[in-house]
Amino acid sequence: MNNLKSRQAKEKRFQLYGIFSILIALSLLIILFVSIVSQGYTAFKETRIQLPINFNEEILDPNNTKDWNIVKKANFNKLVKNAVDEIIPGVEGRGNKRKLYKLISSSAEYKLRDLVEENIEIIGTKEKIWVLADDDVDMLIKGHIKRDLPESERRIDNQELQWIAILESKKIIKKFFNKTLFTKGDSAESEQSGILGALIGSLFALTITLVLSFPIGIATAVYLEEFAPKNNKFIDFVEVNINNLAAIPSIIFGLLGLAIFLNFFGMPRSAPLVGGLVLSLMTLPTIIISSRAALKSVPPSIKEGALGLGASNVQAVFQHVVPVALPGMFTGTIIGMAQALGESAPLLIIGMVAFIVDIPQTMTDPATALPIQIYLWADTPERGFVERTSAAIMVLLVFLVFMNSLAVYLRKKYEKDIN
Amino acid sequence: MYNENLITEENIEMINENFIEDEQLKIDISETVGDIHVEDPRIIAKNVNVFYGEKIAINNVSIDIGKNEVLAMIGPSGCGKSTFLRCLNRMNDTIESCKVQGEIYLDNKNILEKKTDVVPLRARVGMVFQKPNPFPKSIYDNVAYGPKIHGLAKNKTELDEIVFNSLERAGLLAEVKDRLNSPGTSLSGGQQQRLCIARTIAVSPEVILMDEPCSALDPIATAKVEQLIYELKENFTIVIVTHAMQQAARVSQRTAYFHLGNLVEVGATEKIFTTPQHKLTESYITGRFG
Amino acid sequence: MFFIIALLGVSGYFAGLRKSLIIREKNTLHSTPIYHGVLLAVNSSLASILTLVVWLIIEKNIFYELKFFREYLYFLTFIVFSFTATLTYNKIKHEFKARDNLEKIIKLFLLSCSSLAILVTIGIFLSVIFESQKFFNTIPIIDFLFGTHWSPQMPIREDQVGSSGAFGAVPLFTGTFLIAFIAMCIAGPIGLMSAIYLSEYATKNVRNFIKPLTEILAGIPTVVYGFFAVIVVAPFIRNTGEQLGISIASESALAAGLVMGIMIIPFVSSISDDVINAVPRNLKDGSLGIGATKSETIIKVIIPAALPGIIGGLLLAVSRAIGETMIVVMAAGMSANLTANPFEAVTTVTVQIVILLVGDQEFDSPKTLAAFALGLVLFFITLILNYIALHIVRKYREQYE
Repeated sequence: MNNLKSRQAKEKRFQLYGIFSILIALSLLIILFVSIVSQGYTAFKETRIQLPINFNEEILDPNNTKDWNIVKKANFNKLVKNAVDEIIPGVEGRGNKRKLYKLISSSAEYKLRDLVEENIEIIGTKEKIWVLADDDVDMLIKGHIKRDLPESERRIDNQELQWIAILESKKIIKKFFNKTLFTKGDSAESEQSGILGALIGSLFALTITLVLSFPIGIATAVYLEEFAPKNNKFIDFVEVNINNLAAIPSIIFGLLGLAIFLNFFGMPRSAPLVGGLVLSLMTLPTIIISSRAALKSVPPSIKEGALGLGASNVQAVFQHVVPVALPGMFTGTIIGMAQALGESAPLLIIGMVAFIVDIPQTMTDPATALPIQIYLWADTPERGFVERTSAAIMVLLVFLVFMNSLAVYLRKKYEKDIN
Repeated sequence: MYNENLITEENIEMINENFIEDEQLKIDISETVGDIHVEDPRIIAKNVNVFYGEKIAINNVSIDIGKNEVLAMIGPSGCGKSTFLRCLNRMNDTIESCKVQGEIYLDNKNILEKKTDVVPLRARVGMVFQKPNPFPKSIYDNVAYGPKIHGLAKNKTELDEIVFNSLERAGLLAEVKDRLNSPGTSLSGGQQQRLCIARTIAVSPEVILMDEPCSALDPIATAKVEQLIYELKENFTIVIVTHAMQQAARVSQRTAYFHLGNLVEVGATEKIFTTPQHKLTESYITGRFG
Repeated sequence: MFFIIALLGVSGYFAGLRKSLIIREKNTLHSTPIYHGVLLAVNSSLASILTLVVWLIIEKNIFYELKFFREYLYFLTFIVFSFTATLTYNKIKHEFKARDNLEKIIKLFLLSCSSLAILVTIGIFLSVIFESQKFFNTIPIIDFLFGTHWSPQMPIREDQVGSSGAFGAVPLFTGTFLIAFIAMCIAGPIGLMSAIYLSEYATKNVRNFIKPLTEILAGIPTVVYGFFAVIVVAPFIRNTGEQLGISIASESALAAGLVMGIMIIPFVSSISDDVINAVPRNLKDGSLGIGATKSETIIKVIIPAALPGIIGGLLLAVSRAIGETMIVVMAAGMSANLTANPFEAVTTVTVQIVILLVGDQEFDSPKTLAAFALGLVLFFITLILNYIALHIVRKYREQYE
């Protein structure tokens, strides 16, 4: 009896190990998400300061030409400085003044420029305009820089704190939805950097990937599943190759891209075109394998029915089997695309890792991709970039979650349709 | 239900085991009893052998199939009746390991020849399967598919005519007239099978092969399909494989009894069911095995 | 140019369609009219595209002079098109097997798509082999494989200190395996135990709830894991070490390996799950039937039966860990360090490939070529691991099928 008791205790313990393992896996998942969200959620807001800008004719257009080509050379920064002086008057000394102006992001003057370019008639008027605050101010407002730390450990000193207090008391410093994050490319200043450039780069690369790997993958799957002769050495070799490609580390595909696409074919470095090519080679096995599974699950009676009516093999496959398997193939393709979207190693190798401010316009412009942007920002120690990295990760994860749920939805629907 | 269309390892093994068993019984089944010839044959099969890999599934079967007759093929599971049926329009081509030898003549042309184009052949010799297998398309498209791929209709009006006509002859038109665009799979089992028959008729075949067409249906649906087969014989030659002896007795003019890949006996249906000549046929008819 | 061919193709389609429609008035056709039209269009377009491509290849690689005859190219393409089109057009008769012909073309196209997989493998193989070959011309392969000192900066000046340009890859291999080993220590037990629990103990509802959750771990991009390692795991490990009085590098192998382990958990658990489920029920029932507890059945019957499959799965996971790049690039060290101490920073093969190739580089320096040599090693190691693993798994499956 004693023996039985200890055996049962063992049983309990074993089961506990299992539960424990699952709990560890799940809690790691939770920690990961919580840490990223808690680091990143504040990045969806940005701090702006309202400045009373005087679009002074003297500064902008002393000769009253109203000609943008002349106006654009004017000193717009002066407008910003004047406005700052107006809200916080009486700051003396060059050093102090510089410190004061540094509360405003250097993007402010470009914003004014754009405003004037848009409407040249604005010259001579006075307007209250919200401009971006400097990233340190942003961090302070969001509470990432603690005000009660000793002055030496803060990036914002006591005087700056006082000025910010003035702004706060006038209610002209406020958090807005972070438009910059979604409308700008990379920047050396965290408050001016955004993920649009990387998103467009990813979009371009994925478009290439989709256009290439979807038709080729499906053609391959259809051939191997429906037409390929059985027990053929060549076909076996093809299958072995596909399975191998699925297991080769992604970085090797980057080497392939570097040696063949860049050096041999002379394609441009850092271009989404090459990125898309490399990613499509990587996603092909995924698409082929899942498309074959989808074709396999089509009941053979459907094909038989068509053959029995005198349809040729090709007609039976393309008019009956493929349409039924198509949702399953879409599922595989979406999963492949999701993998490609999250992939970064091969893109590093083909040079899609660079500081690129401009939004790419074509497939051959230098660009980065979203995961690469994350990698670049993660390398920057500034607090403002840590926050933006987490935000970029959240955006990436939202895309992935969306794609994967779409795939799951399609699969569920497909399974229901077949049965 | 035992599905003979699926040629599994198990199935083949079973055939082989039965062979051995039968050698012990010492009953000769290699000679066919009865009259294999008819006056006005549509199809003449001569010395047909079918192999699955190394294993023999049909052993030297010869039989004529007459014009506008319903020939029923009966026999225990694994006896090869479905395999033989599938030779008649070369559906066995779809099974990799299956090899067919011998001659099958349709209008003086040997359809087992390699160069025979199976596409027009299958248009002439249509097939209805054991389980209703409508395409996952609308009822209309199900019937219109055959005429479309064979280019039987020159325009939409002609196509409509073929579709309505086929549905009418399959006795389905009244039931589906108002929902031709709903999917074929939304019909009941019996309706689905009649849809498959309509689909086959639409190609205007000369011969229709039916592989246990009622085995997946309830008695009422079965009765309807049987009635349909009876009517169709006016215009078509029909070969039907069936599990149910009563069904063979009800719908067919001639009956062929298969056992372990051999055609044991063939003759007029009444004769087979009342005065079978072969001992095995008698045992089967009287329900001693099967 | 392609646009013109497309236009010609469309007109070819209508020509073929028309002719076959006229024939159909009097005679039966083998194939429906559409096939005749499509065949005509496809045939002649393919022929002219082929001409174009062949011309361009010859012009690029053999006869550059052909460039001056470009205007004839358009003319030639057009002639080829009309020629094939007329040929096909004349073939259209009532018994012409247009469908069979078109289907042959379709199958050929599908076959060539399938062959792409072979091309890619050959491409990978050639590209790493060629560049490595160049590398081994300067650095002997023995020095590369068995040297213990790695510092790939080639000296710019003769007297430069600390930049010896040594290419001994052993520290990279040890670093790679150290991190992969740590990862497997995490992922192996956790993945296996959760697979066992989910397939043997959990109710269906729990299973359906937990499984997708663990699969989320597999779907997270590796760059996210890298970031997680840098901002959460590495500081946590360093602080814990400080409290215990151990000095741990902020880019310790432990942090990288740990996070990589998390990444691999779902991989291990899904393979183990498959393998465990493949164990025949009667084995399990036999054990339970003589009064063994569930855990005894699992440990004494199921795991031994499933062992080959589990080992195969673990090998696949190791291969994945060795080839993983982003986590180690972000969380592991940059400089080669021959050590087995998980608290120190080590570097890996993939990290060095990235370091050597990212940034400005001239393509023929040994530094760049070294990356390809490392790629070659990586390629072979993962290939061999996969081969063995798949072989074991297949053998195992056959045993129970």
